[in-house]
Amino acid sequence: MLQQSGAQEAKIPETHDVAAVNRRVDRIEYASRQKIYPKLAHGTYRNLKWALMALCLGIYYLIPWVRYDRGPDLPNQAVLLDMANNRFFMFGLEIWPQEFYYVTGLLVLAALVLFIVTSIAGRVWCGYFCPQTVWTDLMVLVERFWQGDRNARIRLDKEPWGPVKIFKKVMTHLSWVLIALATGGAFVFYFADAPTLARQLLNGSAAMEAYLFIGILAGSTYLLGGLAREQVCIYMCPWPRIQGAMVDHESLMVSYLDQRGEPRGPIRKSAVAERATGDCIDCKACVAVCPMGIDIRDGLQLECIQCALCIDACDDIMTKIGRPTRLIAYDTIANQEAVAKGTTAPVKIFRARTFLYLGLIALVGLIMLGALWHRSVLEANVMADRNPLFVQLANGDIRNGFTLKVLNKLHEPRTFAVGIEGLPEGSRMVVAGQENIEKPTIVVPTDVLSEVRVFVTVPAASLGKLASQTEPFNFIVRDTASDMLATRKATFRRP
Amino acid sequence: MGHNKEIDHVTGVETTGHVWDGDLKELNKPLPRWWLYTFYATIVWAIGYWIAYPAWPLVNGYTKGMLGYSQRQEVMREVADGKAAQAQFRSEVEKMALADIAKNPEVLRFATASGAAAFATNCAPCHGRGAQGAKSYPNLNDDDWLWGGSLDAIAQTITHGVRSDDAETRSSAMPRFGLDQVLDQKQISDTAEFVLSLAGKSTDQEAATRGAAIFAENCVVCHGEKGAGNQELGAPNLTDAIWLYGGAKEDLIQSIATGRGGIMPQWHTRLDPVTIKTLAVYVHGLGGGK
Repeated sequence: MLQQSGAQEAKIPETHDVAAVNRRVDRIEYASRQKIYPKLAHGTYRNLKWALMALCLGIYYLIPWVRYDRGPDLPNQAVLLDMANNRFFMFGLEIWPQEFYYVTGLLVLAALVLFIVTSIAGRVWCGYFCPQTVWTDLMVLVERFWQGDRNARIRLDKEPWGPVKIFKKVMTHLSWVLIALATGGAFVFYFADAPTLARQLLNGSAAMEAYLFIGILAGSTYLLGGLAREQVCIYMCPWPRIQGAMVDHESLMVSYLDQRGEPRGPIRKSAVAERATGDCIDCKACVAVCPMGIDIRDGLQLECIQCALCIDACDDIMTKIGRPTRLIAYDTIANQEAVAKGTTAPVKIFRARTFLYLGLIALVGLIMLGALWHRSVLEANVMADRNPLFVQLANGDIRNGFTLKVLNKLHEPRTFAVGIEGLPEGSRMVVAGQENIEKPTIVVPTDVLSEVRVFVTVPAASLGKLASQTEPFNFIVRDTASDMLATRKATFRRP
Repeated sequence: MGHNKEIDHVTGVETTGHVWDGDLKELNKPLPRWWLYTFYATIVWAIGYWIAYPAWPLVNGYTKGMLGYSQRQEVMREVADGKAAQAQFRSEVEKMALADIAKNPEVLRFATASGAAAFATNCAPCHGRGAQGAKSYPNLNDDDWLWGGSLDAIAQTITHGVRSDDAETRSSAMPRFGLDQVLDQKQISDTAEFVLSLAGKSTDQEAATRGAAIFAENCVVCHGEKGAGNQELGAPNLTDAIWLYGGAKEDLIQSIATGRGGIMPQWHTRLDPVTIKTLAVYVHGLGGGK
C-alpha cells in the first residue's frame, strides 16, 4: 500500500492539539467536568446520523399529529395515551387498563431487539437512536451554528467577556431553551388531542398539568442535552454497564485496527517512502470529533457510545494522505485476532447468542400475537350482593341480587341479551328497570363498561330442588348481533 | 483554626485535623458544591415558606402567612365545587315527578347513587347497611310493604314518618289485647293458632277454628277478613311469608297480647325535599318497589 501513496503525498493534515479528557486512566475522582469541544465530522456516518436525527425528531414531533379514524365516538388521534379515560390508543390497537400487559410485552420485545442489535453491532442504540444522543447532537449543532466549530469555540471560551461573546452565548442558550420547550411541548401532545391542546396552550387555557410537564421536560432537555451531555452516558445511564453482557468476540464494534495503525507516528515528507510507522499518523482527528472525550485507540471502553464519528474523521485523514480508509472501522474482536495471525474471520451474525435472542423474540412475539388474537371484545363480570345475601319475598320465593358489568371493547354500540341457566324450573331473572320485559337486553355504548342490577328469584316450590344453600348457576351474556357468548359463574344463596 | 493545614502524605489530600485512637485521621472530603448550594437553597426556601404560608403555632392560634392560605378554605371550596357539580341533577330531581325520574336513566343513576349515600348516613342505623332490616325493623328489599311500596307511598313515609311527632304522620295502633284484658290467655293462643293457619302453618285445627271467631270479631277491622292486611292503616298482611316480629306461635301470642307499633321519625325536618326524593328512588329500586 505504501507504493500507492507516491510522491504527490505532500499534504500533511493538521494535527489536533487535543486530549481525551475522559480517558479512564487520566480521569481524576471528584474532579470537575472538563469541557469537550466536539469537532464537526464529515462522511458516511455523519450523514447517516444526520438522517437518523431527522427521522427520530420527525417521529417524535409528528406522531401526535397523525390522525386515525376510529368512528364517531372515539378520539381520532393515532397515538394517544388517554389518561382521563384510561385508554391507550396505538393506531388499530386499543389498550384498557386491565390489558396493560400488552405494553409489558412490547417493552420486553423492545429490550430483546436491543439485545440482538447490540450483540450483532454493539451500541447502535447509544450511537444513533438514544434520545440523549439525538438531542445532544442537536444541541451541539446549535452551539456550532452560533459559536463556530471546535477551535472557534475554544477561542471564544478563552476570550474575556465582551458584547460579541455575550451575544453568542446568550443566543446559544436561548436556542437550547426554545428546543427544550418544543421538546416538552411535543411530549404533552401524546396525552391529549393535539390540535385542541395546541390551541389551548397558545391561548393559555390548557390544564395546569400540561404546562407543568412542558416545564419539567423542557428543564430536563436543557439540562441533559444542553449542559450535561456525555456525563449522562458515563455516570447516569445503566445501559453501558449492562451491554457488556450482550457483546462478545463476534460483535461488530467501532474499533481502531492497531495491527495496521501501530506503531503510530507523525508523517514526514522525507520519510514517506521508507516509513517505519503504521498507518496511524497520530493526528488525533478521531479524538477531536469524539463527543465523549475519549481516544478510540485505547480500545473498547465504557465511555464509547459507538457513534462512529471517529471513523469519518479518520477516513478523511487517510484519504488525504493517500492511505486506505477504515483504519478505524466496525470490526469484531475475532477478526482482529485472526488478522494478528495473518488470516481473517468473517462476521458471524448467526451464532448461539443471536439464535437465543431470536428465539426469545419469536417466543414473546408469538405470545403477544396469541394474546392479541384472543383479545376478547366482550367482557362480563357478575358480583353478588353481599348485604343482604338473599331476600325472602311475601310469597316465600327467594331472591338474590347481582350487579352485572358488561364491557364493550368494539368501536360500535352493542346490544346484549342476558339470561340464566342451571336453576330449577320457574326461576326468574329480571333486569332492574326492565321488570316487565320477558327477554331483557343491555345496550352498551361504544367502548364503555355498563352496569345493571339483576334480580334472580327461585320460587318457594322449587327451593327444595336446590342441592345446597349455595347453588352454582350461570349468567349468559349474548351479543344479539354476532351471537358472541360470555358465560359467567354465579352462586344462588338461600336460607 | 484552619491555620495548620495538615496534608495526608499518602494521598496528598488535606485531613480534617481530628485524630482518633492516637493515629486515625480522616481525609477532608467536603460535600459536592451543588449539594451544598441545594442545601442552602432549601434553607432560603423554608424561610420564604414561613412568611408565605401558615407555619408557627402561637399561644392563641398560629402565624397566618402572607398568602392567606388555609386548608379549611380549600376543603370548603371543594365541597362547594362538588355541590355545584351536582346542582344540575339536583334541580332536575327537584322538578321531576318521582315516576318520571325512573324513566330518565341519567337522573335515575344520580338519584340512586345520591339516595344510597343518604341512606347509609340516615337510614342504615335501623334498616341496616343493605336495607335488610332486622326484627321489628322492616326489610326494604322485599315486596311486602306495611304502608305501601309505590314511589309516592315510600316518599310519604320518609317525609312524615310512622307514629312520629309530625302532624301528617302515618299512624295506627295494634291494640294490647292481653295487657288491656280484652282477651284472655286461651283466646290469644287460639287467635295465634288461627293466624298460623292463614299462612298454612297451623298444627291444631280445633284451636284455629275457635280462633277464627275471635279474629273475625277483633282483628278484621284492620287486617281484613282474610288477614290480607291494609296498607292504609299499616296493618300487615298475615298470610304471607314475611313476619316483622317473628312468625312463630310465641311471637304471635306476644304481638296480640302486647300490641306492636314501630316508630320511624319524620325526615322532612332534617332532609331537604331533593334528598328525600332520591331516598325514595333508591329504596324503591332495591328490588321490592311496586
